[in-house]
Amino acid sequence: MHTMKIQTLVLTCLIFSSFLANNDCSAQSTAQTIADVSPKVVKIFGAGGGKNLYAYGTGFLVSPQGHIVTVWSHILDSDTVAIVLNDGRRYEGKVVGFEPPLDLAVLKIEADGLPYFDLNLATSAGPGARVLGFSNAFKVATGDEPVSVIHGVIAAKTTLAARRGAFESPYTGSVYVVDAVTNNAGAAGGALTTWDGRLLGMIGKELRNTQTNTWLNYVMPISELSETVEQIITGRFQSKKQDEEEGGSLTKKKPRRYDANDFGIITIPDVVARTPAYIDRILPGSPAETAGLQPNDLILFVGNDLVQSCQTLKEELGRLESGDQLKIVVRREDKLITVSMPVVKKVVE
Amino acid sequence: MKSPIALLSLLVGFIAMSEGGLFAAEADVLQAQQNRTDVVKRAAPTVVAIFSPDGNGGGSGVLISPDGYALSNFHVTSACGNFMKCGLNDGVLYDAVIVGFDPTGDVALIKLLGRNDFPFAPLGNSDALSAGDWTYAMGNPFLLATDFQPTVTFGMVSGVHRYQYPAGTFLEYTDCIQVDTSINPGNSGGPLFNAAGELIGINGRIAVEKRGRVNVGAGYAISINQIKHFMDQLRGGHIVDHATLGATVRTGSDRTVLVDSILESSDAYRRGLREDDEIISFAGRPIGSVNQFKNILGIYPKGWSLPLVYRREGRKQEIFVELPALHRKSELTQAEGPKAPKPPGPRKPDPKKTDDPKLVEAELPKEEIPEEYKKLFVKKTGYANYYFNQQEQQRVLQGLEPFVSWQGPQAKWVLNGKTADGDNFQIKLLPQALTAQFTKRAPGLQNLDGADFIDEPPGSGGLLAALYQFKLLLSEGKSAFTQFSYSGSQPLDGRGTMVDVLETKKSSVECRWYFSVTDGALVGFDSSLGEDVDSCEVRFLQYGDFQGRRFPNRISVRYGEISYGIFEIQTIDVTAANETQN
Repeated sequence: MHTMKIQTLVLTCLIFSSFLANNDCSAQSTAQTIADVSPKVVKIFGAGGGKNLYAYGTGFLVSPQGHIVTVWSHILDSDTVAIVLNDGRRYEGKVVGFEPPLDLAVLKIEADGLPYFDLNLATSAGPGARVLGFSNAFKVATGDEPVSVIHGVIAAKTTLAARRGAFESPYTGSVYVVDAVTNNAGAAGGALTTWDGRLLGMIGKELRNTQTNTWLNYVMPISELSETVEQIITGRFQSKKQDEEEGGSLTKKKPRRYDANDFGIITIPDVVARTPAYIDRILPGSPAETAGLQPNDLILFVGNDLVQSCQTLKEELGRLESGDQLKIVVRREDKLITVSMPVVKKVVE
Repeated sequence: MKSPIALLSLLVGFIAMSEGGLFAAEADVLQAQQNRTDVVKRAAPTVVAIFSPDGNGGGSGVLISPDGYALSNFHVTSACGNFMKCGLNDGVLYDAVIVGFDPTGDVALIKLLGRNDFPFAPLGNSDALSAGDWTYAMGNPFLLATDFQPTVTFGMVSGVHRYQYPAGTFLEYTDCIQVDTSINPGNSGGPLFNAAGELIGINGRIAVEKRGRVNVGAGYAISINQIKHFMDQLRGGHIVDHATLGATVRTGSDRTVLVDSILESSDAYRRGLREDDEIISFAGRPIGSVNQFKNILGIYPKGWSLPLVYRREGRKQEIFVELPALHRKSELTQAEGPKAPKPPGPRKPDPKKTDDPKLVEAELPKEEIPEEYKKLFVKKTGYANYYFNQQEQQRVLQGLEPFVSWQGPQAKWVLNGKTADGDNFQIKLLPQALTAQFTKRAPGLQNLDGADFIDEPPGSGGLLAALYQFKLLLSEGKSAFTQFSYSGSQPLDGRGTMVDVLETKKSSVECRWYFSVTDGALVGFDSSLGEDVDSCEVRFLQYGDFQGRRFPNRISVRYGEISYGIFEIQTIDVTAANETQN
């Protein structure tokens, strides 16, 4: 164990020093990296204004058709936002999806053939890796000016302890902590890349520890975001956040024609972001009992749609129409069991 | 989460040890390190720690010449007064005097005194920078350098050609360099070096928001190329002013930049620029946004002529526009002296508290100005320090030495010759009147009985008045004029060689005299009969010998867009005032 640690250390050392070696002799390639990455980063202008409610931000392109990843923030609280590309082209951006627990939003502009980060080629890095941060911090760049670039080193990869009273952040996943001041006003949504321009993550919001009055420069690894981004882009995304919280003024009101109760299914309380859809109990004499469902069954599919949580179960059931045949796949012990029951017309009270 | 940090520090330790032979570092790593330490070693002696005489203000600066000229920020020197104390890394505290400043661009030029062999930084080319280039910032952040050894920070260019909106009073950062190099209060006025150790900017501004007055990864340096444009004016002791176009611009559709409104009194208007014209390029740089236009405009002094290309109805047109001043004179003279309004920017923090009061006493420089240096400051309205303008006047006036034989009061000059288009002329410059006679052109008469100077001969822009000014300059020199000053250098007519400019005024006639920077020769002058009208532009194309006396024998005369003529002078008759004319 000890030896292994030393080996890793030496190896990291070598990698680190080879990075350093590139320092001066690769001036051309650094310029090349910046030239490659800058066109993929966009300036966002939207709602806000006032001292700590700035109306500008950053995002980066993840498809040639103009999908842009950025942070979910007040800047997007308007019908449309202005997206200004590296070359000064200006577009109207629309929010196509967002996920508050990930502090993530995906925008879309009507364009084609744009330079973009291929999320499949995104990478990860560990402490000691040299990184570049691209963002429109302080709105320094306007028009056809490229966003600002700063350099730093990943100091740690850790979990953001978003405790109430200390670091307050909706995002609680893993983060890169960077030794450079990446997280400034307007920088959130910017891109962190490797020295050769591969995407590592999205620069987070400004985050202050209220107890120590220190500021944390954190970046959300792209691996935490890419799945959701893909789902939003392909239109398969369901937010893990409850709609009832009215956080999503931009989501369409979802139908709520049926719920689990209508079939005699009571799931466990939906308390966390992705509560698995376990059956808590079955109402006696209900269709569910007839179909043979039991407590502790885990609902996996409604029809052909994957049920990831109580929330998605609720949405899937809400879409049912009377006359449908409800097909549910549950896992019981190690077995998958498929049951079926009719969707009967509800009596309107 | 201790382990990654521990790992990192271990790593650093390993790398440090590797130099000692535990691990063989790659040769280019060591070379890169050596290069850095070499640059720092070379640059450190040029970095100045500036203190006000009472020790209560301060910042940084950088020497740019062996005779002690040093650059800093206006917001640093304005807090110090006309004299200040400057520490170098040799541990010596030198006296320094203010030379010139630029309240708009936040630049000040000072002169360290007492040596003629100061170490100095070579000036680089800030336009060659691009994002990702390495830079060193040096100076005295937080006034840590009590032994005047400058602090070095190392970082990257984050953006070039940045525009920072005016904050507070005059201050506007145009076309500046943005770096992630750590710039902190006290770094103000200090140098930004490129990887080769050349001076590329003066650090002056940092982004501050809610985190207090410390570096947050965005520092701004005034580009050295901008400062170069103003350098000679600063050396001439001026409170320099920036320029406007006399027109405002707006963004049109499809990222065009259009003339929004234009002053009819402006040179741009007289050159033909109108509302809604699309500006294609300015000063040789393409214009794609309003910010870009402001960036370019912001780096030039008032009075310069610059090429501007515009498009109207599909047709491109190039003009040379003389830029009017951005501010009224009275606005800028408010900035005079040490009580100037303080623009925002990094400023000195409170002096460090220390337990040893003697130490504080020892650090504080003496307040008095040595007697020998007091003459180096001359107060005059409109100038930072008129003493230096006098020095520059003397230097430029050496260009008149070949004309020394023309000196003498009240002589009569009669110039005979032919214009390039075959018109014979005789121009008489007499004590009572000036006359011009031609075979083809209309004649000219300008009385010297106190009458206003007018456009004579008509269409020349006042050639007679202009030649009269020239006669005054050669025969009587500086004393002939009510106002006389050196006003820096600029490219002649916006495209020619660099010329030093002397400005004179005699009654209502203002002249700008152009002396080649390379050899000091007088190459021409502009004579203006009033404000907001075109000048009579006289250019000396060739000099000849007239009975042992040097005089231009081929002279081009232009008025606005029109060439009035090229004058070939064949003979000059000069008689003293008391001789009767035949």
